Amino acid sequence: MHLARRHHSSATEELQVIAPSKLAIENVSKCFLSASGNVLALDRVSLNVAEGEFLCLVGASGCGKTTLLNIIAGLEKPDGGTVLADGKPVTGPGRERLVMFQEPALFPWLNVFGNVLFPLKLKPNLTNKDRHDVAKYYLELVGLSRFERANIHELSGGMKQRVSLARALAPNPRVLLMDEPFAALDALTREQLYGDIQEIWKARRKTIVFVTHNVREAACLGDRVLVFSPHPGRIREEFAVDLPRPRDINSVDLAAHATEITKALKSFGKTDMVVTR
Amino acid sequence: MKRFLLAAVFFFVLILLWDALYRAKIWSPVLLPSPWQVGIYLEHSAMDGTLATATVITMRRLLIGYLIGLVVGLPLGLLTARWKLFGDTVGTMALGLQTLPSVCWVPLALLWFGQTEAAMLFVVVMGTLWSVVIATETGVRNVPPIYRRAALTMGSKRLHMWFKVILPAALPFIVSGMKQGWAFAWRSLMAAEIFVTILTGFGLGQLLHYGRELSAMEQVIGIMIVIVVIGLLADKIFFSPIERFLHRRWGTSQA
Repeated sequence: MHLARRHHSSATEELQVIAPSKLAIENVSKCFLSASGNVLALDRVSLNVAEGEFLCLVGASGCGKTTLLNIIAGLEKPDGGTVLADGKPVTGPGRERLVMFQEPALFPWLNVFGNVLFPLKLKPNLTNKDRHDVAKYYLELVGLSRFERANIHELSGGMKQRVSLARALAPNPRVLLMDEPFAALDALTREQLYGDIQEIWKARRKTIVFVTHNVREAACLGDRVLVFSPHPGRIREEFAVDLPRPRDINSVDLAAHATEITKALKSFGKTDMVVTR
Repeated sequence: MKRFLLAAVFFFVLILLWDALYRAKIWSPVLLPSPWQVGIYLEHSAMDGTLATATVITMRRLLIGYLIGLVVGLPLGLLTARWKLFGDTVGTMALGLQTLPSVCWVPLALLWFGQTEAAMLFVVVMGTLWSVVIATETGVRNVPPIYRRAALTMGSKRLHMWFKVILPAALPFIVSGMKQGWAFAWRSLMAAEIFVTILTGFGLGQLLHYGRELSAMEQVIGIMIVIVVIGLLADKIFFSPIERFLHRRWGTSQA
């Protein structure tokens, strides 16, 4: 017989900033079967993401950047290579690495509060009160406290993505994986969210891998921008963006970086890139 | 209130038309009784308790059969959606049997179970079951994969995934399947009661049947009206609130 140990963590403990993860992606390959035969979506891709780094992946559609994100999330298995999170191989999805999808993927059968509470209910060793406090904290962080009782379909696209963000942050993951989360939003809403995400990233200290096809967005958010080329999906170039934060998407310095990245992208042939929108 | 008044006026005009037809004496009063004769029959049968007894007996058969259909149909639907083996076998069978009008089960039920309650129940279950199976299966198959993926990353697995993600996501489909199952159960029970003249209780269908045997047209029409009203009430009291809830939450048009 052994004594049941009770780990009890309070809401304040739960809300503490925890150390972000470092990721090591080694020689990851992924093949897809398509009508035109085998497509090499990722060809021996290797990269490291430092603790607390904001890394952006840009590339044309079909360059495998989303696939890579899914592999890091554990939603897909690579055909070759490994993904290490803090030195441990990723074998499946886990709440240490949460994904924010392009569509909000919020659950319509729950209201806003229920959606943010959902991942917290899956976290053991918390009391219900803690869960409520944590959910409230994150809804406030994304500025939606007033809407906690709202139904999902009543929200605008930008509000939905804020709820998604709150839901992704709520279980305090070490890594946030974002798959073109702002692509479907209007320019004004997006600009607001660029500011918010930078603030939240600073406050909550997460490692973020952010996939986008919008070069300016990448330059605005990333510490580092990796440029992918398609067929087969490979990392072609790396840019460090050393502008001070918070960054304004409309600043001239940022535009200079974006132009440079765009030039690199164009040199790989296929360009269905969005430079500015 | 305005809608209610409008409906009241509509039905009043309908009854007036019916009365006018009766007064025109185009058909024999045996074939077309006046609304008042039907009203008097309903009043009498309400007073002497035949109507209440028959309604209770019918509703009990209906509810038991319907519940069995749901309790068996929901898990079967989940299984057919989840495992290809079940989908190819039970799923195909459900699809086939759903197209079978439920009154077609009556001869088989009579031969298997005789003139018993079991025969009645069997027909109702067969009427409910397959549409519930198919609706559940369709609902589960139509759950957007992104819900599953999102839930997976948050640590949802197996039972949690089924009960907290897939079932709620499939709810609009399941409810419309339940509604369809209810309609089928109701129809098949009436068919069964008309054909199965057992002595363990006179349901509404049986009253209808004996109305015909006795050429008591006011009874036939009166019971038909009762059957319509019960169907309407079931919809308004039971299904409408659920559909309103879904409508509010999902923001969809009525499922």
